[in-house]
Amino acid sequence: MATEFNLTTHVEVDHQHDHDHEHHEEGFIRKYIFSEDHKMIAKQFLFTGLLWAFLGGAMSVIFRLQLGFPDLELGFLKPILGSWIDETNKLDPNYYLALVTMHGTIMVFFVLTAGLSGTFSNFLIPLQIGARDMASGFMNMLSFWFFFAASLVMFASLFLETGPAMGGWVVYPPLSALPEAVPGSGSGMTYWLISMALFIISTLLGGINYITTVINMRTKGMSFSRLPLTIWAFFLTAIIGLLSFPVLFAAALLLIFDRSFGTSFYLSDIYIGGEALHHQGGSAILYQHLFWFLGHPEVYIVLLPALGITSEIIATNSRKPIFGYRAMIGSMIGIAILSFIVWAHHMFVTGMNPFLGSIFMFLTLIIAVPSAVKAFNYITTLWRGNIIFTPAMLFSIGLVSVFISGGVTGIVLGNNALDIQLHDTYFVVAHFHIVMGSASFFGFMAGVYHWFPKMFGRMMDAKLGYIHFWLTFIGIYLVFFPMHYIGIAGFPRRYYSFTSFQAFNTFADLNMFISVAAILTFTAQAIFAFNFVWSIFRGRKAPLNPWNANTLEWTTPRLPGHGNWPGKIPHVYRWAYDYSKPNADKDGFTDFIPQHIPLSQTPHSNLEYENELMQKQNVTDDLKVNE
Amino acid sequence: MLESNYTMAEEARETLAMHPQKFAMWLFIVSIVMLFAAFTSAYIVRQAEGDWLFFELPSLFWSSSLILITSSGTMHWALVSARKDNLGTLKLAISLTTLLGLGFLVMQFLAWKDLVTNGIFFAGSQANPSGSFLYVITGVHGFHLISGLVFLLIALYSAFTYRIHAKNLTRIEMCATYWHFLDILWLYLFGFLLLNN
Repeated sequence: MATEFNLTTHVEVDHQHDHDHEHHEEGFIRKYIFSEDHKMIAKQFLFTGLLWAFLGGAMSVIFRLQLGFPDLELGFLKPILGSWIDETNKLDPNYYLALVTMHGTIMVFFVLTAGLSGTFSNFLIPLQIGARDMASGFMNMLSFWFFFAASLVMFASLFLETGPAMGGWVVYPPLSALPEAVPGSGSGMTYWLISMALFIISTLLGGINYITTVINMRTKGMSFSRLPLTIWAFFLTAIIGLLSFPVLFAAALLLIFDRSFGTSFYLSDIYIGGEALHHQGGSAILYQHLFWFLGHPEVYIVLLPALGITSEIIATNSRKPIFGYRAMIGSMIGIAILSFIVWAHHMFVTGMNPFLGSIFMFLTLIIAVPSAVKAFNYITTLWRGNIIFTPAMLFSIGLVSVFISGGVTGIVLGNNALDIQLHDTYFVVAHFHIVMGSASFFGFMAGVYHWFPKMFGRMMDAKLGYIHFWLTFIGIYLVFFPMHYIGIAGFPRRYYSFTSFQAFNTFADLNMFISVAAILTFTAQAIFAFNFVWSIFRGRKAPLNPWNANTLEWTTPRLPGHGNWPGKIPHVYRWAYDYSKPNADKDGFTDFIPQHIPLSQTPHSNLEYENELMQKQNVTDDLKVNE
Repeated sequence: MLESNYTMAEEARETLAMHPQKFAMWLFIVSIVMLFAAFTSAYIVRQAEGDWLFFELPSLFWSSSLILITSSGTMHWALVSARKDNLGTLKLAISLTTLLGLGFLVMQFLAWKDLVTNGIFFAGSQANPSGSFLYVITGVHGFHLISGLVFLLIALYSAFTYRIHAKNLTRIEMCATYWHFLDILWLYLFGFLLLNN
């Protein structure tokens, strides 16, 4: 413990020294609204993302009411939903589709892409690599405001008379291209496309900045082999986004031309009311190829940051070095590469050549290997660790759980023969809600609980965190596990109601059960909302390094100002995972040695190669002097 | 700040680093490459499905390509002049590049007019996706070329206000990178269209 206090005082002393140098106050607008500071932008992403998460979650509750209680009178929702509830006090089927579509779009793009990557990439990249800010603060600010504009357009589309987009979050043409098909394909779809175009620009601006910062702005000594796994994950996520989002942009642009300019990229031979449309020669499958070339990497854009956050939190709270650091990096790179060559497994039943399907099946199943490497490394890091169950740690372990149980069903779905039965059923819904939705959400929550002290200088309440975790963890399994059975029985997703199908009546109870569980899980999030808001203002003041972690962000003052470190930026002399290093006590350390401690300060605990490394670096230093 | 408290510390190694803005420019170029990779692969996928109208590419594309290659030459001339602090030739070269860039856009537009007179339409009942793709690919490239022209105008303005010289090359170097990229991108697209027609 003595060491910790020592370090703390060093920081404080230096802090006072350089205080006046950092004390130029910015105006309210520059500081809180059009801020170029990465920490403020991260918080902007966090708040916007969380608001969207609650809205998207509330939407799922409404359509779960319809699915679980098909006879329920929904008149009491009229004050909120207005004409979406029809005269018979039922949810209008069109607006059911709108809710499903918006829930998907919001959760995938606005919450788990912008909310997760936007928050933690922005917040942690400069702090953990030892940089004053992002490579371009201005681009970073633009990135948030493009996202905000996208949010506004998407939100506005909810209030259109014809409703928001209704073609599912994948917006396949021709359904999404023809206003005659469904009301939401009118101006709702136009709003959707505008919003997504803005969103893609935001993601590209952010991604370019993240990559540039990680490569060019690292502090001295922060080599790639010493980067915390969080940074590796954000870095690879940004690369995936940079390569895949332009393709979605291309797909959306061609869809815009088809919808508004009369081209026929995706449309052909369509008759409405006996009248042939003029569109000739288009291919709807082409859209699916383009969409899923983004769509599949998008899964990993959502998941990798959560895995990176988990790696960091599990190592810290197991008080052990992460097991297989290089294997973790390798598996993330493997996942990133594979994510680009498996997109057609979403299209097994589009009439694809079965031989081609087998190739995509093979490539898809290979992803199980790096994924399993990650899962095993998490478990072996936990194994015989000195585990501290903070709320963040519980969410991280929860992530490992859902990552495994959702990943296993991925192996089932990746088979092109089995997919004939399971395609577009609730089995798919269960699979991706567990492995992509819940896992990323757990990573998001773990990150919020873990870095809340650094963001707001206060601690979140741990007891409320535990209650939140257990209700959420049990809740999501109660919601999504039964869906596998419903899916195997053949329930198609996106259907308004199953009561008219004799075969599905036996599952009415199970659907009701899922809906009740979904409502309870959603309600449990109120505990988080309260804890989050309350702790920002009233939480216990955070110590400088509440989790005894090694990474650089914990060497900053409690509330880091513009530029992050009041004095010089610390240099880095070791990797981020020197937890419970043997003989560290002889060097005056407890069970962790932060990254900025030189090897020469820890002669007893240094390993053989570290001593050699130290010697070498001193030698090169001498040579420099001689020159 | 922190290591200053230790009397003895080994030297931390410098990390690899480039000019962040130039690096970001290259990443931007990567995203544009992916955009056109999407368009051209969509073109191939759609063509393979049949019902594809084959037609002669407008011969104006040859002249416009020549103009764009020339503009790359003058762009390089501008860069070399800036490096040598020949500010007079820099102004001339960068103005020529801008004019040639505008000329390219005009040529592309005339080529579109030729296409329309030959009955190749962007949209409508007589349009075939092969024509629509041609318009989209050349149009999106043209849009990027306009962004390149805006960049060029900024560089032009800085050249005429003497803010580009041998010691301040970042702006013109980035401008040159982007302009050469747009040139190479066009040559790729033109070659692609020639090979697939």
